[in-house]
Amino acid sequence: MSVDKVSDAISSPDESQPFAELGLKKDEYESIRGILGRRPTSSELAMYSVMWSEHCSYKSSKVHLRQFGTKVPKNNSMLVGIGENAGVVDIGQGWAVTFKVESHNHPSYVEPYQGAATGIGGIVRDIISMGARPVAVMDPLRFGDPENPDTRRVLTGIVSGIGGYGNCLGLPNIGGEIVFDPSYQGNPLVNALCVGTMKHEDIHLAKATGIGNAVILYGARTGGDGIGGVSVLASETFDADGPAKRPSVQVGDPFMEKLLIECTLEVLHGGLVEGIQDLGGAGISCATSELASNGEGGMHVWLDRVLLRDSTLSPEEILMSESQERMCAVVEPAKIDAFMAVCKKWDVEAVVIGEVNNSGRLTVESHGEQIVDVPPRSVAHDGPVYERPYARPDWMDVRQASGPENLVRPSSAAQVKQTWLTMTGTPNLASKSWVTSQYDRYVMGNTILAQPEDSGMIRVDEKTGLGVAVSTDCNARFAALDPYKGAQLALAESYRNVAVTGAKPLAVTNCLNFGSPEDPAVMWQFEQAVTGLADACLEMGTPVTGGNVSFYNQTGEVAIHPTPVIGVLGVIQNVERRTPMAWGLDGEFVYVLGTTRDELAGSEWAHAIHNHLGGLPPVLDLNAEMTLAEILVAGSREGFFSAAHDVSEGGIAQTTAEMAMRSGIGVRLDVPAGLDAFTFLWSESATRAVVVVPQNQNDAFLTLCQSKSFPVTKIGSVDSSIKSIELTGVFGETISLAIDELRVISEETLPRLFG
Amino acid sequence: MTPRVGVITFPGSLDDKDAARAVRIAGADSVALWHADADLHSVDAVVLPGGFSYGDYLRCGAIAKFAPVMEKLVDAANGGLPILGICNGFQVLTESHLLPGALTRNDHLHFICRDQKLRIENNTSAWTSDFNVGDEILIPLKNGEGGYVADEKTLDELEGEGRVIARYLEINPNGSRRDIAGITNSRGNVVGIMPHPEHAVETLTGPTTDGLGFFSSLLKSLVNDGKVSA
Repeated sequence: MSVDKVSDAISSPDESQPFAELGLKKDEYESIRGILGRRPTSSELAMYSVMWSEHCSYKSSKVHLRQFGTKVPKNNSMLVGIGENAGVVDIGQGWAVTFKVESHNHPSYVEPYQGAATGIGGIVRDIISMGARPVAVMDPLRFGDPENPDTRRVLTGIVSGIGGYGNCLGLPNIGGEIVFDPSYQGNPLVNALCVGTMKHEDIHLAKATGIGNAVILYGARTGGDGIGGVSVLASETFDADGPAKRPSVQVGDPFMEKLLIECTLEVLHGGLVEGIQDLGGAGISCATSELASNGEGGMHVWLDRVLLRDSTLSPEEILMSESQERMCAVVEPAKIDAFMAVCKKWDVEAVVIGEVNNSGRLTVESHGEQIVDVPPRSVAHDGPVYERPYARPDWMDVRQASGPENLVRPSSAAQVKQTWLTMTGTPNLASKSWVTSQYDRYVMGNTILAQPEDSGMIRVDEKTGLGVAVSTDCNARFAALDPYKGAQLALAESYRNVAVTGAKPLAVTNCLNFGSPEDPAVMWQFEQAVTGLADACLEMGTPVTGGNVSFYNQTGEVAIHPTPVIGVLGVIQNVERRTPMAWGLDGEFVYVLGTTRDELAGSEWAHAIHNHLGGLPPVLDLNAEMTLAEILVAGSREGFFSAAHDVSEGGIAQTTAEMAMRSGIGVRLDVPAGLDAFTFLWSESATRAVVVVPQNQNDAFLTLCQSKSFPVTKIGSVDSSIKSIELTGVFGETISLAIDELRVISEETLPRLFG
Repeated sequence: MTPRVGVITFPGSLDDKDAARAVRIAGADSVALWHADADLHSVDAVVLPGGFSYGDYLRCGAIAKFAPVMEKLVDAANGGLPILGICNGFQVLTESHLLPGALTRNDHLHFICRDQKLRIENNTSAWTSDFNVGDEILIPLKNGEGGYVADEKTLDELEGEGRVIARYLEINPNGSRRDIAGITNSRGNVVGIMPHPEHAVETLTGPTTDGLGFFSSLLKSLVNDGKVSA
């Protein structure tokens, strides 16, 4: 086997190279030749091809994502911004929080278990590489038609993978989403969010500083998994009897990841590390080029020192391997022994593979032969940038014009009751406990709230009760009707879900899942969604701290609904003041905060009952959303609420049913004046929450609403003598829904489909 | 003197910090013990926490049994030291033959995390003396391999000697024989339980504080045995 050396590249400038098979365009290949002043070696070509991929370089999205950096709200809580492994936010008392959501969509469709498992592994390493201890995970998931047999394969595999990896890692799974829509049939979405906490002084960055410092690769050995496109290159350079195609989905080992977490935190807290980077997409290529590019600018790597799982790997494959559970640290020579001792304590293998220098070049040698000599910035940061064409598609007019006005609505008390029972059991509204009970939500002992509560809440400091709440949301049907508004509505819902639990919204992360950027209609959706999100974040004062873009969620010509999943992080000074969703005591008053309008476009009712998607999404007033949050947070702090719950998919019917099922105590409700029962129950107007107020707090609560000029409507009171929801004013009649019956309907759907 | 309770951390232990917190809330000092350190550091009792020791890629607990600290622990157990194995800790105790039987894959084949009702069946062990027989408690359960199995003779012996310390109520969440959630050895100092009392020690983070009873039982029995002063 001959290795393609730098000297070979100089002496054979005209040798043809498989750049197209590696996914590089002709002009991209030419620009690499321009940067190097010669043809790249096969190793260099491999590095550029993965680092300049859409996944690593954000080449199609960069021009739009810049808005998150230019439309930055005044908010002095940002400690580390976009561009690092994850953003870091100050939550007070010397504590900082880092959180980020990433996609693992494509691998999870090919191999659901490992795809979902390694998605968690990757996001967790992003968090520990900032110096934080991971404290919770969440999984926003999207699946196709629940009745399609392939959905069963995908869902059960993904859920097992999340549980199998996450449970073994010892991180509580505190929330997320499970949404079904046929648009995800060939492109399920597996997004994974991780939250980490640290003291300010423990923040670390991915920088290779200090000339002469060692670059240490530690964790799992490097194997042939996750090489993907590079197998093309391998087939060009290997002899006929060499290894064949490598699997392109990585395989996870959560036990090794757990050791890696403990080992990494110990070396960081021991002051043994100057810079640190996880190995994810593009493996050693990414870690070394990014570390060098962020630091002194030069690094030399001895590739043959890398510990291998498979001795037959070529240098190109070693550079590209996406084997999981690996990290790269920059360590002063005097601290190498101490670093190695910590690794040994945790049974983690480690080896010095390189050295920081001031050459301005990333150079790699293998068995004494120079195989890479590149400017690291050109690999890591100065990739191609595309201004892809985008245009509002004509079919948007048709879609927005065909609203839900003509859909048949229930027109009697009996029909309203039947609709309520049916809606309670739709796959999107039904209880998700069959899934979430497969995840450990208790480990670490700091989980204050977990699904099905509005947000997941974690206690950060046991002494002071300081905590954080996180929610992820996106109604993609709204984004399909209007991507600009849809992204803002997703932010508003996530923001509200955090506030409902009593936490003050502070910062935003996102996972932007879209179809092919080469389709101008998709690119328009993306541009609209990013602009909508950036505008809303600016107005609401919540900066975007980082995120992830996933394109090409498309089968043939059919793209998924634009799905900008928005995660909001909030802070609560004392978790004892959190507001749960279950009402508690007899006689408490039930209120709706906000205005209910006739807004059914994109609603779960239109989707589930009529399979309809058309019209314009609900109107959104960001200022009102912020006022609502102020009331929810103040009310929690002052003890005005025994319970609160956001109104979103499924409307007030779903909100009150969930509260009743969670508490087991009955409620008497009345359709308010000026609204018909149907609109009251199933409209999905934004900026609303149901709150439950003890009678002795009633006056103070109403005074608060009045001082903010925020609309509030009393809809009933809790009645512990009944085990049902009694609703009067339904076409002149009273309907009664037994909580036990609702619960049976809600809980049987997922086991019936997937159990 | 405040009792000192050791919590062993194996590679892959996950609920070790939770167990230590429960020990502290109950009023004892927690002492971190390390799998590779063959020394119990003169603790008054030991908790084997939940998790996936060594990844549990072989039978759960099968590798942990060979950890250097375990040799000392087995000797100490035979000498009467109070030992509580929770979940993976229970699995380690059966693999080490300090308790009979084995824990197998849940009968429904899924990992399950739920708030589980139990009935206390024995209040004479070192870890259950602060309960009354017949007490119903609610504590978290979370396992993938929690189905307790043993041969009929062993099960009859456990029942006959009153060594079943707790049974699942309402739902048997994992297919355990005779709804067994936890057992003790004949001396009553070694207890294994599949659900997690250490996750039910604070109202903020657990469904109840019923789990505290296991730790207050320990403190009570240490006092009674004259190991520590009241």
